[in-house]
Amino acid sequence: MLTAFAILTDGLVYAAYLFLVAVGLTLIFGVMKILNVTHGSFYAFGAYGAATAVGIYANADWPDAAGFLLMIALAMAIGLMLGLVLERGILRFAYGRDEVVVVLVTYAVFLMLEDVIALIWGRESYGAYQPMVAAGNIEIGDLVLSNYDIGLVAIAALVAGLGYWALKHTRYGRLLTVVIFDRETAAAFGINVKVVYTVTFVIGAMLGALGGAVMAPKISVTLGIGVEVIVLAFAVVVTGGLGSIEGALIGSLIVGLCRAAAVHLVPQIELFVIYAVMALVLVFRPYGLFTQAQPRKI
Amino acid sequence: MINRISVLPRVGVLAAAALAGSVSLAAAQQPAAPIKIGIVSFLSGPAASPFGVPGRNGAEIVIEALNAGTAPAPFNTVGLGGTKIETKYVDEAGSTAQVVTEFRNLVQRDQVDAVVGYISSGSCLAVTPVAEELKALTVYFDCGTPRIFEETARKYVFRPPPHATMDSVGAARYLVAKHKDINGFSGLNQNYAWGQDSWRDFAGAMKVLAPKAAVDKELFPKLFAGEYGAEISTLLTSKSQALHTSFWDGDLESFVYQEQARGLDRRMPIIYTTGEASIWRLKDKMPDKSIIGGRGPNGPLAPKSALNDWFQKIYIDRYGTPPTYPSYQMALAVLGLKVAWDKAQKAKNGKPTTDEVAKAFEGIEYDGPSGHVKLALSNGHQGIQETAYGTYRFNKQTKQPEVVDVVRFPAACVNPPNGVNADDWIKGGMQGAKCN
Repeated sequence: MLTAFAILTDGLVYAAYLFLVAVGLTLIFGVMKILNVTHGSFYAFGAYGAATAVGIYANADWPDAAGFLLMIALAMAIGLMLGLVLERGILRFAYGRDEVVVVLVTYAVFLMLEDVIALIWGRESYGAYQPMVAAGNIEIGDLVLSNYDIGLVAIAALVAGLGYWALKHTRYGRLLTVVIFDRETAAAFGINVKVVYTVTFVIGAMLGALGGAVMAPKISVTLGIGVEVIVLAFAVVVTGGLGSIEGALIGSLIVGLCRAAAVHLVPQIELFVIYAVMALVLVFRPYGLFTQAQPRKI
Repeated sequence: MINRISVLPRVGVLAAAALAGSVSLAAAQQPAAPIKIGIVSFLSGPAASPFGVPGRNGAEIVIEALNAGTAPAPFNTVGLGGTKIETKYVDEAGSTAQVVTEFRNLVQRDQVDAVVGYISSGSCLAVTPVAEELKALTVYFDCGTPRIFEETARKYVFRPPPHATMDSVGAARYLVAKHKDINGFSGLNQNYAWGQDSWRDFAGAMKVLAPKAAVDKELFPKLFAGEYGAEISTLLTSKSQALHTSFWDGDLESFVYQEQARGLDRRMPIIYTTGEASIWRLKDKMPDKSIIGGRGPNGPLAPKSALNDWFQKIYIDRYGTPPTYPSYQMALAVLGLKVAWDKAQKAKNGKPTTDEVAKAFEGIEYDGPSGHVKLALSNGHQGIQETAYGTYRFNKQTKQPEVVDVVRFPAACVNPPNGVNADDWIKGGMQGAKCN
C-alpha cells in the first residue's frame, strides 16, 4: 500500500517537473511549427536566474515567500528578454525556411547560449536549496514527502489550468487556436500572425525559464542542465502530441507514473520505460495522443 | 693605399668568422629546447568544474614550481632533467573520436614529448591503443577503469594514481569496520561504466567482508538525471541500513539537496565515494555522518607531510580554495613523470628518448602530496597507494568541512596483487589482501 502511494506521489512530482519543462516547448511547436532546441537554454537561464535570486534573498535575510517570488520573477523576466531578443533578432529571419534549417538555427543558438551562461555565471555550480529547506516536509508512515515537491505539483496544476483557460476563454487564446489550426487562413482573416508568433515565443521562453526556476532549489545548477531537459521534454511532447498542451499534461502524467513504478518495482528498466512508453504510443498514434487529424492541403 | 680588392676578402673572412663565433656563442648560451607536455582534462561541460579545472590547476602550479626549481625536495631540480617544461592544455570534452583526434594532434602535429591527462574512463580506453601505436608516452591521472592494463600489456601508458577498485573495496572495508552488524544495503549509481563498475566492486567486496548483508535496492538512474524523488522514496521504504553511491558533482549535489529535504541521511549512513570533491562547495549542506571518500588519500584524507603542506599552500594561494582529489591525482601524475624522466636522464647523461623514459617509469615509487605511490601492478605501469575513508562533519565554529574518524587501509589491503584481474580478485574472496 505504501509502495503504491509512493509510486503515485513520485509519479505526480516527476510529471509536474516534466510538464513544466515541456509545456513551453509544445506551445511554440503548436503555433510556430518550430522544434525549439533553445528551450533547454530557457530552462538553464531560468535556473541560473533563480540561483542568483536565491543568493540575493538569502544574503538579505528576506522572508522565504518573498525570496521565492523574487526567484520566479527574475527567472521569468530573463525568459521574457531572452525570448524577445531571439525571436526578433534571429528566428524571424528563418521563418519560411525548411523545418530542418530552423531546428539547426535553434540548435546553434542553444550552443552559443551555453557559452553565454559560462561567461555570465562561470563554470562553477550553484546551489539554490534554501526554498526547499524552508518548505520542510511531512511524514506519512515510513515515507517522508517534501512540501516543496507538493508545491511543485500545485504550480504545474496552476500552469495547466491557466493555460487551458487562456486558450479556451480569452480572445488571444482563440486567435492562437486559429493560428495553430491553419496559419494561412488565420492571416487571410486579418490575424497578425507575426505578432502572434512573437508573443507565443516569448510566453514559451518564460514557461521554459519558469521550469528552470522552480527546479533550481532541487538541483545543482551547473553547465549542461539544459541538454538533459530538452531530450526529456521532447519525449513527453511527442508522446502527448506535438503542439498540444493537453497532450503535454497527459504525456507527463503517463511518463511520470510509469517511471516511478519502474524505479520502485523494476529499477533495471527505469530509463527504458520512458522511451518505451513513447514508442508504444507512436505505434498506435504516430502523431501522439492528442494531435487532431490534419486535413490534407492541395 | 690599401688595395680594396685584397681587403674585401679579408673583411669577409673576418665577418664570417665573427658571425660564426657569435652563432656558436649564441648556441652555447641558448637554453635547451623546452620539453613539451600536453595536458588534457575537461575544460568545458559538466565535468569541468568538479574535475577538469581542479586537475588543470594542479598541473599548472606543479609545473610552474618545477620550472622555477622551487618544489620541495626531492623535486627541487628544474623541470624535467634540468630542462623547462612547456605545456599545451587541451579540452577533453567531446566525442571519443574527438578525444582521440586531439591526442593524435598533440603527438603528431605538436610533437609533444609526453601527454598527461584524461578523466573519463572512455577517453582512457580509446586513447590507450593509439598511444601504443604512436609510441607516445602517456600518463593518466584520473580515469578509474582497471581494464586499461588488464586487457593486454602496455609499454608507453602509465597511471600512477590507483584504479577504481580501490575506492569500492576501501568503502566496503570502512562500512563493515564501522557498522559490524549490517545486514542490508543499497546502491544508487549512475547508469554508465563508472557507476556500474563502482557498484559491482562494492557489492562484491561486501559479499566477501559481510556475507550476511544482503543487497537490497540496486538503483541506476541515468547520468545527469537531476530528479531523484522516486529513488529516495524507494530507499525510505526499504530495509537498507546503508547506501553506497559513486555519484559525482551535479548529480551528487542534487541528490544531497533532495535527500536532505526528505531525511534519508537520518535513516541510514550514506557512503559518497567521491564526496571529497564536493565538500568545499556543499559545506553545511553535506549531512554530518556521511562517509566520505576521495579516490585515494587525497584532500583532508591525505597523510600529513611537508609535500602535502606545500601543495595545499600554493594551491590555496593561487585559487583561493583547497585542492580536491583531481588536483592531487594530477600532481601525482606530473611528479611521476619527473621521477621517471630524471632517472632516465641520469642513466643516459643526456636527454632520454621516449623508450628510455618509458623503461625508467616502470615500477618507480615515490612520495607525492597524497603519500607514497608504487607502480606495482601491470608490469610496473599501474600505481597503488593506501586509501582512506572518514566521516564528514561540518565544524560550526570554523565554518569549515572536516573529515573525522579516518581509517587508513594499506595499499595491499585494497588493491589486487600484481597479475590478478580486479574483478576476479574480488570474486575470489580478495585473496592475498594484507590489511595489517
